Amino acid sequence: MSKNVKVYTTPTCPHCMRTKQFLKDNNIEFENIDVSRNPDKAKEAVEKSGQLGVPVLDIDGQIIVGFDKEAIQKALNT
Amino acid sequence: MLYDLIIIGAGPAGITASVYAVRKRMNILVISKDIGGQTAWSGDIENYTGYQFISGPELTAKFEEHMKKYDVGLRENEEVIALEKKGSVVSIKTDKAAYEAKTAIVASGKHSRELGVPGEKEFKNRGLTYCATCDGPLFTGKDVAVIGGGNSALDAAIQLIKIAKHIYLVNIKAQLTGDKIMQEKVRESKKVTLLNNAEVKAVLGDKLVTGIRIKEKGGEKTLAVRGVFVEVGLIPNSEFAKDLKKNKRGEIEVNSYNETNIPGIFAAGDVTDVPEKQIIIAAGEGAKATLRAFKYLTQQKT
Repeated sequence: MSKNVKVYTTPTCPHCMRTKQFLKDNNIEFENIDVSRNPDKAKEAVEKSGQLGVPVLDIDGQIIVGFDKEAIQKALNT
Repeated sequence: MLYDLIIIGAGPAGITASVYAVRKRMNILVISKDIGGQTAWSGDIENYTGYQFISGPELTAKFEEHMKKYDVGLRENEEVIALEKKGSVVSIKTDKAAYEAKTAIVASGKHSRELGVPGEKEFKNRGLTYCATCDGPLFTGKDVAVIGGGNSALDAAIQLIKIAKHIYLVNIKAQLTGDKIMQEKVRESKKVTLLNNAEVKAVLGDKLVTGIRIKEKGGEKTLAVRGVFVEVGLIPNSEFAKDLKKNKRGEIEVNSYNETNIPGIFAAGDVTDVPEKQIIIAAGEGAKATLRAFKYLTQQKT
């Protein structure tokens, strides 16, 4: 079963790029949300994560802040 | 497993060192918290030869691609906590494992200095950030403050001119210290208010940042801002290398061969006392360090 993966990013943040690359390398489909172009989505990322920083990942409701490879893998596998 | 060489750090110095090492057919491992180091956080780079213009994240991607072409052994998201020489072996402990090598190159770079004021820790990633490149776009149309007066502060302010509504540049010194060309860009913008002789006393907010309190000659006042970009200098990541000789600033002392005071342990890039911290210089130093480590290994055999 593939999970619903959303990634809140900005175009310039290095950890966002690495997160997206990591998901691509592992053939995981995800929705990329560029918060710099969409203030409503930026607000959504802040509300979900309780902080102001990207990337924020939403993996079937599990929220991960930053490029935390192990946490991402865990969330994808459970 | 006893490696020929372990490289600590994967910024321009560490990555270049790794490329030189694999081309010498050395058996190596790279251990790093991240890829690219400070380069990854840089905005526009216009002085790396061969690239008239490239962004920090793009140059980092090029570095990484180059390293991966050679199938370099890499332990990412791992932090070195101890480095010492035991007999003829360099022993390295990380937050996850322990390793041994015949030689090591410390290329662990620097990290951002903190302000050390109330509110800083609480509001980190809640409006306060040390990386304008990463988090700048989150402050589209907002009032923000950049703290500092050197090149990284000017770089942050210049990036934010395109994004934020207004920028207060809060500089503790009497004048800016960064490159003239960058100072001009900042002065030309109507969006930037420069506050010299101004010291940050506190970061204010509830859930997220709402302002900062600053002290000027005339007294204290509050600036209403949603974003605070701290750019007040850097500290070398050299604490784990307890036995290495360092200068007052905590930078590892190296000679022109990148040798430290301990034979078999070399250092390169911004973590060292080499004058001028530049991407191109760090890369060159990384190459030098590997070539010297290679020579050291050859000499050990005979």
